[in-house]
Amino acid sequence: MAAKTPSMRVLSRYLLKPQAPLHPARRSRPHSRQYSAAAAGARLNVPLEYDSTPLLHHTSKAALANPELPEHIRKGQTKRINLYTAVNEALRHALQTDERVLVFGEDIQFGGVFRCTMNLAADFGTDRVFNTPLSEQGLVGFAIGAAAEGLRPVAEVQFADYVFPAFDQIHNEAAKYRYRSGSTGVNCGGLTIRMPSGSVGHGALYHTQSPEALFTHTPGLRVVVPRSPVQAKGLLLASIKTADPVIFMEPKILYRAAVEQVPVDAYELPLDKAEVLKSGKDVTIISYGTPLYTCSAAIAAAEKDFGCSVELIDLRTIYPWDRETVLNSVKKTGRAIVVHESMMNAGVGAEVAATIQEQAFLRLEAPVKRVAGWATHTGLVFEKIIIPDVTRVYDAIKKTIDY
Amino acid sequence: MSFRYSARRLRLQRLSTPCNVSRTVRAPAWQCRGVASTANAEKVLFPGALNSEFTNTLEFLQPSKSKDAISTYRCLNQYGEIIDKSVGADTTDEEALELYKNMVKLSVMDLLMFEAQRQGRLSFYMVSAGEEGISIGSASALHPSDVIFTQYRESGVYLQRGFTLAQFMNQLFANSSDNGLGRNMPVHYGSKELNIHTISSTLATQIPHAAGAAYALKLQNQGTVGRIGAPAEGEEVERVVVCFFGEGAASEGDFHSALNIAATRQVPCIFICRNNGYAISTPTSDQYRGDGIASRGAGYGMTTIRVDGNDIFAVRRAVKSARALALEDGGRPVLVECMAYRVGHHSTSDDSFAYRQRVEVEDWKRRDNPITRLRKWLESRKVWDDAAEKTLRSETRKEVLRAFEEAEKQKKPSLKYAFTDVWEELTEEQKAHVGEMNDILKRYPKEYDFEGYEGGAGGLEELLQKK
Repeated sequence: MAAKTPSMRVLSRYLLKPQAPLHPARRSRPHSRQYSAAAAGARLNVPLEYDSTPLLHHTSKAALANPELPEHIRKGQTKRINLYTAVNEALRHALQTDERVLVFGEDIQFGGVFRCTMNLAADFGTDRVFNTPLSEQGLVGFAIGAAAEGLRPVAEVQFADYVFPAFDQIHNEAAKYRYRSGSTGVNCGGLTIRMPSGSVGHGALYHTQSPEALFTHTPGLRVVVPRSPVQAKGLLLASIKTADPVIFMEPKILYRAAVEQVPVDAYELPLDKAEVLKSGKDVTIISYGTPLYTCSAAIAAAEKDFGCSVELIDLRTIYPWDRETVLNSVKKTGRAIVVHESMMNAGVGAEVAATIQEQAFLRLEAPVKRVAGWATHTGLVFEKIIIPDVTRVYDAIKKTIDY
Repeated sequence: MSFRYSARRLRLQRLSTPCNVSRTVRAPAWQCRGVASTANAEKVLFPGALNSEFTNTLEFLQPSKSKDAISTYRCLNQYGEIIDKSVGADTTDEEALELYKNMVKLSVMDLLMFEAQRQGRLSFYMVSAGEEGISIGSASALHPSDVIFTQYRESGVYLQRGFTLAQFMNQLFANSSDNGLGRNMPVHYGSKELNIHTISSTLATQIPHAAGAAYALKLQNQGTVGRIGAPAEGEEVERVVVCFFGEGAASEGDFHSALNIAATRQVPCIFICRNNGYAISTPTSDQYRGDGIASRGAGYGMTTIRVDGNDIFAVRRAVKSARALALEDGGRPVLVECMAYRVGHHSTSDDSFAYRQRVEVEDWKRRDNPITRLRKWLESRKVWDDAAEKTLRSETRKEVLRAFEEAEKQKKPSLKYAFTDVWEELTEEQKAHVGEMNDILKRYPKEYDFEGYEGGAGGLEELLQKK
């Protein structure tokens, strides 16, 4: 045995505890950035600072200032929670206030693999919160049937990457139920399908995907992606209540990372409105979910470096989406960039860019730029060049302004 | 699957380490699966099969050979004679006569509509020939408030429940009285009043729907959830869901997932398979190698029976008993496989003689079918004869043709129905699309003929005025 190779004991200790870093020097790195570490001299691609990002409400006052919140909520209390807790609170409220609400999916009963359904089975009974067999087409089909008979099922697909076995049920059944039932009025609008989506640093091919564009091509569905705990709670409650089937995609990297002050009481946020997160006058960035944090960091650097002013818009509901807010912004700034994680081709960006081109053509001073996943799969160790990062958004701002 | 599952577990481990360690997780009852086997135990005690006994003989389980295939239950033989006199027909003569008339009505409608399609007056049609007993027999054994999901060859279910000839014809012509608003292909019926969900072309997708709907009924039966919409007068408090599908559809993944979830959730649902020997051109030998569909029931832990689908009394008795079983102990699923032969072509787009002998079909038509079998029984009871048969057929024919002509005359639904009901409300995008299409219609009036539609080419205007 050469002295330089690590001893068997060290290796086996590492294998037993995969979360413990091999090198003590890496101990300080945030867990989720394990595979996306930036170079030593990096200024742009540094770990995102969720603790200080302006996108999250770090004080109660900031959270309650949201004009979209109902009056009584704005006078109420808040508490600091992360995104999975916000989802849990929304589900809890829905179960509490509507006996027709069911929560089910794979591994739901013990709390869910991301803890979103913690304690719900114990508190509401396994008649209403339960495990299903491991079959996405089965559990989504089951949910559609339950909704068609008047319940309000909230089905969970464990990862958005595994929604495809249920694609037929979602696209051909859930989305078309009301239309094909005609004047009988039967529908499955009570249906909500939750799924964790997006990159997480080391999810590789099947724990990383953001398949929202596939659902935005289906008339009859609503597709919602929250960016924060406040949104997750308000948008999920609105999704459960709306009379249309909803695909609710939760960016899983934010489950623990995004922590903010959230109103304690229940509230809903509108399902057809985008939100202007930061106003600006030179360029508009349109995004949703996790990349908003990337955009926010890139904007801070770009505004400092180029002296420009960037407007940031969160679409929130990807379909049907709020054209008016986006177009008003682009007509003002004259430039637009769309940012998302999923592949560029035929992604949400293609639709947004085409709409801007169609309806704000005379105001455009630069081509609409798309910053999105490249035309490839998310190989494990290649995620950092595939998912849009701060550098790519920063460069897109530079190119769009310089055009 | 197992690899993926372990990968998920791994992800869970990675993501869930730092937070909430202090929270104690209660050990829930459903995780208690017994303890490890002791040295002298007779049984294995692996959690996946608790009642398995050890054996020291290496013996593979063999699928049942044809000689011991699951038996097919019947009451009436091919001569229309009751086999077990002590059980009898379980029906009054009047009731049997009603069933018979409905079967004849269905077959007359099928013949005429098939012909109408051949003449180009309908775009499409599918007959039920040879399977009238399954749909009408099972529907007659259910309560009208039971919820039904069908595939497409169950027109008899609608007929037995009270779907009128006018309603059939309106749907076939997709006219303005069609409750599908002209959106679906012919034969895709649906009725809220009759508690039958609208048919979709996608095979087997309705099977998990039935499981989910049955779960909704289960919660209502047990009072967990209030009755959705007050029960109409005469409605049963306890209801079941019934789901129909063919043996071909049973090869879809949805069949598997549906029966499995129905069994794990113990829902009051009757799954009725029409095993008619063919899925379009594919014979059952290319569809499966097991003992039909019924043999699969036990694998899902489901009460199962195989029935002679040409014997309407057997179908009725089986479904009636299945309904009682489905409601026992808070609910459980039951599988009923009805054996039949698809006498007609698959649809009007199919010529079945391209893949089966004409003589085979003729043989089935002549030798055994549900209508003649019941007719023989009725004749033996002296409540039916040739004269009555002749009158019934000619009058039914006239009735169907009257409804046909009535429906054919009606206008198509308003153009607005092309856009409504996609979402609950018209979206902004839809409003823009309606506006654009309306503009095209106005500027190119000669290119379109919407005379036959309610409101003509102006049908979209109504949507634009609505703010």
